[in-house]
Amino acid sequence: MKPMHADETDPKAHRSMSAPIDIQAVRARLEQQGGPQVWRSLEAVAETTEFKEYLHREFPTNASEWLDPVGRRSFMKLMSASMALAGVTACTVQPTEMIVPYVRQPEEEIPGKPLFFATAMSLGGVASGVLVESHEGRPTKIEGNPDHPASQGATDLFTQGSVLTLYDPDRSQTITQTGEIRPWGAVIAAIRGGLSAQSATKGAGLRILTETVNSPSLAAQIQQVLQSQPSAKWIQWEPMPRDNARAGARTAFGEYLEPVYDLSKADVILSLEADFLASEGASNLHYARQFAGRRKVDESADNLNRLYVVESNHSVTGGRADNRLPIKSSQVETFARAVAQHVGVAGMTGTAPAGSEAFADAVAKDLIAHRGRAVVMCGDSQPPAVHAIAHALNAALGAAGATVSYLPTPEIVPSEQHDALRELVTDINAGRVQMLVIIGEANPVMSAPADFKFADAMNKVALRVHSGLFFDETATLSHWHVPSTHYLEAWGDARSFDGTVSIVQPLIQPLYGGKSAHELIATLSDRPERNGYDVVREYWSASAAAGRSGETSPKPAVAAVAGVGGQAPSGTAPAAVAATAPATPAATFELHWRKWLHDGFIAGSAFAPLVAVVAPDVATRITASAAIEGVEINFRRDETIYDGRFANNGWLQELPKPVTKLTWDNAALMSPSTAEVNQLQTGDIIAIQHDGRTLNVPVWITPGHAKDAITISVGYGRTKAGRVGNGTGFNSYALRGSTAPWHGAATITKTGETYQLVGTQDHWSIEGRNIVRSATLEDFKAKPAFAKQMEHLQLDKRISLYADKEYKGDQWGMAIDMNACTGCSACIIACVAENNIPVVGKLQVSKNREMHWLRIDRYFAGNLDTPDTYYQPMPCQQCENAPCEVVCPVAATVHSDEGLNDMVYNRCVGTRYCSNNCPWKVRRFNFLLFQDWNTPQFKLQRNPDVTVRSRGIMEKCTYCVQRINAARIQAKREDRSIRDGEIVTACQAVCPTEAIVFGNINDPNSKVAKLKASPRNYATLEELNTRPRTTYLAAVRNPNPALPSNAMVGGHHEATESHEPSSPEAGH
Amino acid sequence: MANHSNNTAPEESPVILPGHDFETVTEIVAEIPLSKRFPLGWIGLLLIGLGGAGMLHMALGYLVLKGIGIWGNNVPVGWAFDIINFVWWIGIGHAGTLISAILLLFKQQWRMSISRFAEAMTIFAVACAAIFPVFHTGRPWLAAYWLFPYPNTMGLWPQFKSPLIWDVFAVSTYATVSIVFWYVGMIPDMATLRDRAMSKVKATIYGTLSLGWRGSARHWHRYEVATLILAGLSTPLVLSVHTVVSFDFAVSVIPGWHATIFPPYFVAGAIYAGFAMVLTLAIPVRRFYGMESLITMRHIDNMAKITLATGLMVGYGYAMEAFFAWYSASSHEKFMMWNRMFGPYGWSYWTLIAINVVMIQLLWSRKVRQNTTVLFVMSLLIGVGMWLERFVIIVTSLNRDFIPASWGMYYPTQWDFMTFFGTIGLFLTLFLLFLRFVPMISIFEVKMLLPQSKVKADHAH
Repeated sequence: MKPMHADETDPKAHRSMSAPIDIQAVRARLEQQGGPQVWRSLEAVAETTEFKEYLHREFPTNASEWLDPVGRRSFMKLMSASMALAGVTACTVQPTEMIVPYVRQPEEEIPGKPLFFATAMSLGGVASGVLVESHEGRPTKIEGNPDHPASQGATDLFTQGSVLTLYDPDRSQTITQTGEIRPWGAVIAAIRGGLSAQSATKGAGLRILTETVNSPSLAAQIQQVLQSQPSAKWIQWEPMPRDNARAGARTAFGEYLEPVYDLSKADVILSLEADFLASEGASNLHYARQFAGRRKVDESADNLNRLYVVESNHSVTGGRADNRLPIKSSQVETFARAVAQHVGVAGMTGTAPAGSEAFADAVAKDLIAHRGRAVVMCGDSQPPAVHAIAHALNAALGAAGATVSYLPTPEIVPSEQHDALRELVTDINAGRVQMLVIIGEANPVMSAPADFKFADAMNKVALRVHSGLFFDETATLSHWHVPSTHYLEAWGDARSFDGTVSIVQPLIQPLYGGKSAHELIATLSDRPERNGYDVVREYWSASAAAGRSGETSPKPAVAAVAGVGGQAPSGTAPAAVAATAPATPAATFELHWRKWLHDGFIAGSAFAPLVAVVAPDVATRITASAAIEGVEINFRRDETIYDGRFANNGWLQELPKPVTKLTWDNAALMSPSTAEVNQLQTGDIIAIQHDGRTLNVPVWITPGHAKDAITISVGYGRTKAGRVGNGTGFNSYALRGSTAPWHGAATITKTGETYQLVGTQDHWSIEGRNIVRSATLEDFKAKPAFAKQMEHLQLDKRISLYADKEYKGDQWGMAIDMNACTGCSACIIACVAENNIPVVGKLQVSKNREMHWLRIDRYFAGNLDTPDTYYQPMPCQQCENAPCEVVCPVAATVHSDEGLNDMVYNRCVGTRYCSNNCPWKVRRFNFLLFQDWNTPQFKLQRNPDVTVRSRGIMEKCTYCVQRINAARIQAKREDRSIRDGEIVTACQAVCPTEAIVFGNINDPNSKVAKLKASPRNYATLEELNTRPRTTYLAAVRNPNPALPSNAMVGGHHEATESHEPSSPEAGH
Repeated sequence: MANHSNNTAPEESPVILPGHDFETVTEIVAEIPLSKRFPLGWIGLLLIGLGGAGMLHMALGYLVLKGIGIWGNNVPVGWAFDIINFVWWIGIGHAGTLISAILLLFKQQWRMSISRFAEAMTIFAVACAAIFPVFHTGRPWLAAYWLFPYPNTMGLWPQFKSPLIWDVFAVSTYATVSIVFWYVGMIPDMATLRDRAMSKVKATIYGTLSLGWRGSARHWHRYEVATLILAGLSTPLVLSVHTVVSFDFAVSVIPGWHATIFPPYFVAGAIYAGFAMVLTLAIPVRRFYGMESLITMRHIDNMAKITLATGLMVGYGYAMEAFFAWYSASSHEKFMMWNRMFGPYGWSYWTLIAINVVMIQLLWSRKVRQNTTVLFVMSLLIGVGMWLERFVIIVTSLNRDFIPASWGMYYPTQWDFMTFFGTIGLFLTLFLLFLRFVPMISIFEVKMLLPQSKVKADHAH
């Protein structure tokens, strides 16, 4: 962890620290909170910076600053503050609190039994349905909604992490006006005041800035405001907007359509920088499920699809490519043109970038050979031209209607976000804006393109209101800050990628008295004090009465608002086209409403596919852009903290980024050869110059990255993220301009300084060991049991010093399909959330002390420039002959009669012998008090079914034994045996590709037993005869035989020879 | 026997130099604990020792307060300085037991001059060693008693399959027997001090410690029997303690640990390190206390020879480890050996080889064995070498084992060093106190080496 002294260096913080307590504000605040709130001092209610500081330091959160040598500097300072304030708290008489049972038990609420509620989480303008586990009113864990089309039961890592953000003690907790605490009424008054000043000009000076809105009711609300203030403008800003995709679709089709792919029908997939399996696009969960479905080879080897990925950064999707071509992002267009020419798209010509001609040729041939069963996908990072080419390619390949269909966008009012933001800045600078209302996590002060100089402009607006979860960089430049609600705290609605609408229902009262976007927008309307529930419900009852399920926005309004973008072409998005739900009389609305809430979505609200015709002259509509000479810089969303909005989320900060395994920082990723040319090592700081701006960033060498290109993710380097996120990483937004939002030319110079970057896996190579096993499709067909033949020694597996145990009844086991796993890492966060795993901070990760029970091992095989990537989820292997058990001196790790390796935390004295003797090193030791025992919010977050571990003890994956026990109790109550699939481990539940399967291996009909019977099934380190219960299904790759491919891994001969030539250093 | 020392080859120099009688021996040895002088050098060294012991207290106090995380240990390297130091100290102790027990049974008379302080060294080394198994655990306040089999209402017992439990028994037995042996051996000398003490306080203290020893024939008879029994008890311990310690590693599945050669290899290493330590202590002590006539070059020479012999065994162990790595045909074993030699910690392996294999060949030379300065430096280096041997075994085996993804480096922290040097300070303190307050050489045993006693013995028969 880096020290977090932002508060100390901020002059504003100092000012408010010395400010006297505003009694009036405190009173107002108490009134506003209502109810029997316990407060212990004026400082506490006023939430002065001083008091917050006191709280913060008294209870060091998550990321243990105490362990940081630099953090200790402030020790004396903090101690003296604590001592001084200890007196303050002592004066307050604590009111008596009664512990009584429910007088009237809430329906279905049984203490100790969780309830699940359906809702939806939106990110980047697209929603995914979730089921939220609630323990006595506290949301603790998020699962996917199996019935929801975007989720299908899975979630991504952001959704998993979002529950921690809910409880984040650093969330803003009071309404403030330039640092002074104010009641909600004062906000309304200020906004009404600002509006009345606008009445003469019909809102000409009013601007509303939101994230991409996919909430029909919120959009309707905003449009109502715009109707009463016709000259006002609404700007949507997403830090990495999807403008390219919009422009590309408009070029190809004349209107903005979202291509939705059906990968289950695609035999050949060409991804033009589309990271569709993880970070990108509307529906990666859905795509990952479909993709993995086509990697299952046990029933038929011909099911296997083939994935080509052409990209500059090494993405998660790139790791799953059968043939991957790393080229500069700016070269993808010429590559796409070459393929298009070969495939025969009218008017498209081009030569593939030097060195990739054979690849383009082979891809094109393969696409043609699979006409109607092939698909081309294009990433957000590619310019509109490439999107248009992809659309044209799909049309030429007969993909439309087969492997791709076209839907309206889930965004209610799509707009060109860069242009909209540019116009806003121009308006402000021209003095045309008097009132700016910013809602949501877009954080434009941080994320706006650097050339807009948004922060400077913003200071010129007379009235600036910000509402967000955090008092972030944008809040500091606003007059008013209103804490907003987390999606688990407020009512709302949201559309997913296919248009399906979910009603977002709150799981908990706003922890910090936040106001939802609906409630804030209401203050701009003539009914300023409506609550979110009323707004959403009224919208849907009105819409049901009118027989609509989605769109209320009248056409003109759409045009007007879309026009904000400035250059909206004539054919505005057909966003208003929506499937209709049966008209519902008011009387039955309640029934429908309840069903929607229960199901988590409105059935039948999905969009119907549209007929999309690629303009015949598409080739002439696009303008070719030249590939960048020299070094190219790529900006990407971060794989774990998204666009920076999760920067204060310790779980996501500590999650190793899937490909690089880097934690707590971003870095300039570059290929080994580029590093070699520039004489750089991982950790060397380089100065990147791009478009007249300079940023100093450390290098992280990434095999498989395109040469002469560097990739840096956005969202780091924040100063107002909170105690966890402040000062982590480097602010690449400061480098990123509007002209080259995704990639541009750059020069790099070595500064000679270094910076410690911390990853969880330092070693790239698999050292020729047979831990990971793979074969090509041909080899698999010839030898389906190749994985078993890769075993080193065919020893008698029954030899053991100890007597064999008899395994009767339910015996738990797990099978992990390496052919399905994409390495997306959502399972790690699911495990963290389910099992109360602490965050340890960067310093401790640097000492190899991360606590993740489940890690994903990533290996590169083949050459450094175009390696194959293998992901291997590594939970506890739950060995039957567990080496950890026999060495424990106090029997703290013992074998259950169901075959589990149980940890008895209370008995553990912490010799760490079990960890030493674990060949997989999956045990985790609490070297220090990593768990936060004091912060009350985190107490709410924890899973009450899992012990919270203290320092000095060992822990490890339990196969989610609490879930096993819950199922067993249920089965016993119903006098039956546990059904297959009844127990789903946390990692299994979240997995979008169903790579992890858990169950009873004694039941031959169970899914896991069937997988373990697969010829691909193998145990790692089988020669140790520990008999792991976790086994793996070997990967089968399908590289194009016409192209050079890396040798498959796991072969016996490699294992014995390979470590001689490669030094232990070589792999790093 | 009587003129044995006169007519043999030059290297068979007398056990003690001529010119001593009963009175001078008593005088030289008993004068030190009974004198009122506290030499400046002794005070200076004691202050250093106390400083180290204080540092140890601080390091352990902070350790209990914060947790093992103040050290550099991690996953994969769960054991590092803690267990290295434990094995190192336990090993050092072995020389004392060997000298007092095995050499007694073999009637090696030269042991008499050095047995007392070699045994003291054993006890202090075991005390230093015992700190680590307790404090290296995550929850030492529980480990301190949960590892012992004590009856409890929950019916919980230690897990007897674990080598750590064997360790508990091995080390606690070893400590107990060593202390009893040491103390029993001191009783006649305590009586001598009691008799010579000028002050009442000293007479009382030494009188109490001498347990009423009057030197009667019956006392002597009982004494001889008790010593023999204790020597008999100690003898297997010389072999068993380090054998059990080696099981901590040999029983595991980790390449580099899982080796059948470990028990003899560890025992040889222990004796090797122990004799080096005796040399480290004896060379300055005989010089500063003017005991060259009692601890003679014969002793030094013999100890150097044992060091050489055991050192060669250790070298054989290294060779066998490398041989097994090749002969086992296990790629993991091969990689382990290769990683030891050329991995990131390769320097430690080659330093170890340089000391424990190459340097000790100098001991073949009589000239070297007779040069106390060279021997002293060599004995210190052997201490370093044996510490590195444990470092190589523990750290380089753990840091890169089966799964390349979980490989990780280990770096010690200031607290690791403070704890290690702290135990050296503790050892130094205890040893200096021993030198000052207890007869460092067994007075009555050395007297048996005098011609006078031989005459009487001959007469008796």
